[in-house]
Amino acid sequence: MRVLDLKLVRDLKRLWAQALAIAFVVAGGVATLVLAVGSARSLDETRTAYYERYRFADVFAAVKRAPETLVGRIAEIPGVAAVDARIAKLALLDIPNFRQPATGQFISLPESGEPLLNRLYMRVGRMPEPGRAEEVVVNETFAKAHAFAPGSRFSAILNGRKRELTVVGIALSPEFIYAIGPGDIMPDDRRFAIVWMSEKALANAYDLDGAFSSVNIKLLRDAPEREVIQRLDALLDRYGGQAAYGRKDQTSHAWLDHELDMLNNMSRTLPPIFLLVAAFLVNLTLSRLVALEREQIGLLKALGYRTVAIAAHYIKFVVVLVAIGIVIGGAAGTWLGMYFTRLFGDFFHFPFLVFIQNADLYVLAAALSLAAAIVGAVHALRDVVTLPPAVAMQPASPPRFRHILPSRFSIGRLLTQPAVMMLRGIAHHPVRAGFTLLGMALATAILVVSLFTRGTMENLIDVTYFMADRQDATVSFTERRPQAVVNQMAGLPGVLTVEPYREVPARIRHGSVERRIRISGRPRDADLSRIIDVNLHPVALPESGLAISDMLARILGAEVGDFVEIDLLEGQHRTVTLPITARVEDYFGIKGMMDAEALARVMREAPAVNSVHLAIDASMLDALYDAIKRMPAVSGMALQRASLASFREAVALLITAMGSIYTGLAAIIAFGVIYNNARISLSERARELASLRVLGFTRGEVLRILLLELTLLTLLAQPPGWAIGYGLAWVMKTNLAGELMRVRLVVEHFTYVLASAIVIGAAVFSALVVRQRVNRLDLVAVLKTRD
Amino acid sequence: MNQRVFTARGLTKTYVSGEVEVRALRGLDLEIWAGEVVVLLGPSGSGKSTLLNIMGGLDHPSSGRLFFKDTELTGFNDRALTAYRRRYVGFVFQFYNLIPSLTAYENVALVTEIAERPMRPDEALAVVGLEARMDHFPSQLSGGEQQRVAIARAIAKRPEVLLCDEPTGALDSKTGILVIEALLNVNSQLGTTTLIITHNASIQDVADRVLFFADGQISRIRKNETRRPAAELSW
Repeated sequence: MRVLDLKLVRDLKRLWAQALAIAFVVAGGVATLVLAVGSARSLDETRTAYYERYRFADVFAAVKRAPETLVGRIAEIPGVAAVDARIAKLALLDIPNFRQPATGQFISLPESGEPLLNRLYMRVGRMPEPGRAEEVVVNETFAKAHAFAPGSRFSAILNGRKRELTVVGIALSPEFIYAIGPGDIMPDDRRFAIVWMSEKALANAYDLDGAFSSVNIKLLRDAPEREVIQRLDALLDRYGGQAAYGRKDQTSHAWLDHELDMLNNMSRTLPPIFLLVAAFLVNLTLSRLVALEREQIGLLKALGYRTVAIAAHYIKFVVVLVAIGIVIGGAAGTWLGMYFTRLFGDFFHFPFLVFIQNADLYVLAAALSLAAAIVGAVHALRDVVTLPPAVAMQPASPPRFRHILPSRFSIGRLLTQPAVMMLRGIAHHPVRAGFTLLGMALATAILVVSLFTRGTMENLIDVTYFMADRQDATVSFTERRPQAVVNQMAGLPGVLTVEPYREVPARIRHGSVERRIRISGRPRDADLSRIIDVNLHPVALPESGLAISDMLARILGAEVGDFVEIDLLEGQHRTVTLPITARVEDYFGIKGMMDAEALARVMREAPAVNSVHLAIDASMLDALYDAIKRMPAVSGMALQRASLASFREAVALLITAMGSIYTGLAAIIAFGVIYNNARISLSERARELASLRVLGFTRGEVLRILLLELTLLTLLAQPPGWAIGYGLAWVMKTNLAGELMRVRLVVEHFTYVLASAIVIGAAVFSALVVRQRVNRLDLVAVLKTRD
Repeated sequence: MNQRVFTARGLTKTYVSGEVEVRALRGLDLEIWAGEVVVLLGPSGSGKSTLLNIMGGLDHPSSGRLFFKDTELTGFNDRALTAYRRRYVGFVFQFYNLIPSLTAYENVALVTEIAERPMRPDEALAVVGLEARMDHFPSQLSGGEQQRVAIARAIAKRPEVLLCDEPTGALDSKTGILVIEALLNVNSQLGTTTLIITHNASIQDVADRVLFFADGQISRIRKNETRRPAAELSW
């Protein structure tokens, strides 16, 4: 082994703690990228494979009652590859030992067995046998929530008649990865089931022999979806068709898409920040570390080593450090990425997972980290190798200090000398101090950005559940009911207040932008479900015109006062033009809201009701549940409290997992930076500190002098760290905002406190390590060498 | 000159460096009297600096006993040695060991801030003739001036002893003489017991006693009946 390489190995041994700390910073950056992008890609690929293997449809439509003969004509629409017509109905379920009314989405299975599209993945059991009307297959999440296995029984009210059903199979479907019940905003596995049963049985129950109420279409590759939908709508119109829609508007797909988008966005936002911060810090640290080698570099030059050879030696040194980091980061990132993919895979109930290997990510992360490190080393080397060897071999000449103020006002007379040393040190190396400060601020910032979701989610819950939708329950009807239903509901046990709602599907257009939404007509004086404006104040609905989600207004590029065109997709299918009269702060979906009477006028119908919001006397809940279960017109009852609980459960799981991982990585980076900063400061000032010890300063006093600068910089770095963290969180929030869900950025004080506490904790730990070193300072040796 | 400041009995110091043992002091006996100027002469490795470091509380002897006045230093722990240095000892080194980010005044103030009954920094600088340069940083001072700042720093706390390890070693003769003059000045004005290590034999004439070192022992002691003023030195 060449002597220089031996020196390299020994240097690495000598500096093992610092080397490891630097490697961890690199590893933190690399791991974040590999983890985030890797898991996002794996989940994306898993979904694609799932959709393909189980033939997830492209276009979906609901219809009141269409004859089976229509299927042939639908298949003739150009671009259609396959058509699957079926019966789909919502019905209330009555589950043993479960008081609350649950809802079942009933879907027919062809007598031949497998459906053409949206095929089932059977987890357990079998398909219903032909002619067995009581046999059903249920979705896995529902089965798990009630501990159902093949042989379990429950009943359903199908078209007003109660039927006993037996579970024979438990399945997954690409159509219901996210299964959200009527009136709910989040999946609630206990109260919403997908129930597949024999077509014949369902047709009998709903008088739909020879007819269908739902149709799914698989398109040929590159088929024009919009045109197919138009033609399909034209065919279904006279049979009570509701406007067909593509995957974009299919609930499960849209939610999954949103979640994966969120992961993708996160992988585009956080890892680059982490990686760049890590690269910057590695650059900073290595440049100072190499600068400390000045005398040895001078000696090597004096011995006749060429500049290139010396540079290569030190570059090798940093490459080894970074390589260790890349290996650790790559392994940790892959492992965490797989953990993450499994976590999400479980959450989505994917039947299988596809793990994607990410060679390009390793290369990218490695190249960036290496480049940053080498640039840092070269920067430091450039200053040293240009010196004549005789000069380089000696320590740097005493830096020239200047008075900050005229000497008459010498700050030395006002402050203690250690404080003056520190202030002059900072003033003399403003760039170094600035970069160190920036490094620490970035450490705080990446912690803030890893932690901020908590406050933001609490705000979302607060606004959604406690300011806007304050009802206890929402009861949905299988179809539109006359206004009189309000009185009927008010008469049920425990019902305190009833607010009726009418929901109409619609297309909204402004300029060239079009979206599919639901417009809800609501009482003007609604008090349970209120409209909250962008300033978080409840507002009254104007008598005419349309209030829309703030997000929708931004998508459409429409301001209050602008007119938008609306295609009503029910009743007479009219197209009307309405003014936007308010922008509403809401976080789920994009929707329109109108005064109920105004909506009825626009629809040219008598006031009607799809659902009611209820305030309930909690002591009478059981009686109310029983009464609701006996109402054939009811398709579902959503409970705000259950909804909030399941939201917390779902969100808490993912956010806690993601938050902890990112916080852990950020903390490692923060620690690596601060530790190295403290260690290098000590090396740079060892001589000065030993002199002070000789003069009679105690170990504690010397340590205080050393740590004064670290403390000051750490504390000064916190406010800019919070500001940068807030900015990064804003970027994340903006990137993550979607049509299905978005948030208002709320960073709690606690988040800042926690981020700073972690950074300060890292500083304290570094201080403890440095204390050991200060105690071992060689007082005599240092005085024998030239300054 | 009747009080003993240092009493050493059978002092030894053995350094173990890897597999090699270096015996820097071999059973040394010595008394130093209050107010004396003592010059330590001898070749490199003869044990001068080791003795000075032990006397200054920077190092422990391997065996033997060392008393500062009536207090035995041998056996002091690090904390006690630090307190001893802080209270009684002033150091001057070949390489001035000033803090570059502090002015001359502030370098002295560094010590007066932690001392019990110090001089004012400007007083201490006046003793070494540097009162006019006190707002200068080390980088703005010549080597001799820097060494005089180091002396001012060492005496500002009114130490009992001033230990100087080759104080003129890095200086030309003219500047070196100014530094010796400053040390003698301190000795006569404040009565500080002063030990000076040097390789420069010319300096021995300014001392009350000269200790010649060889092989970790004092080989010879010379007593000067009269001390030559520094101004008459040349080398």
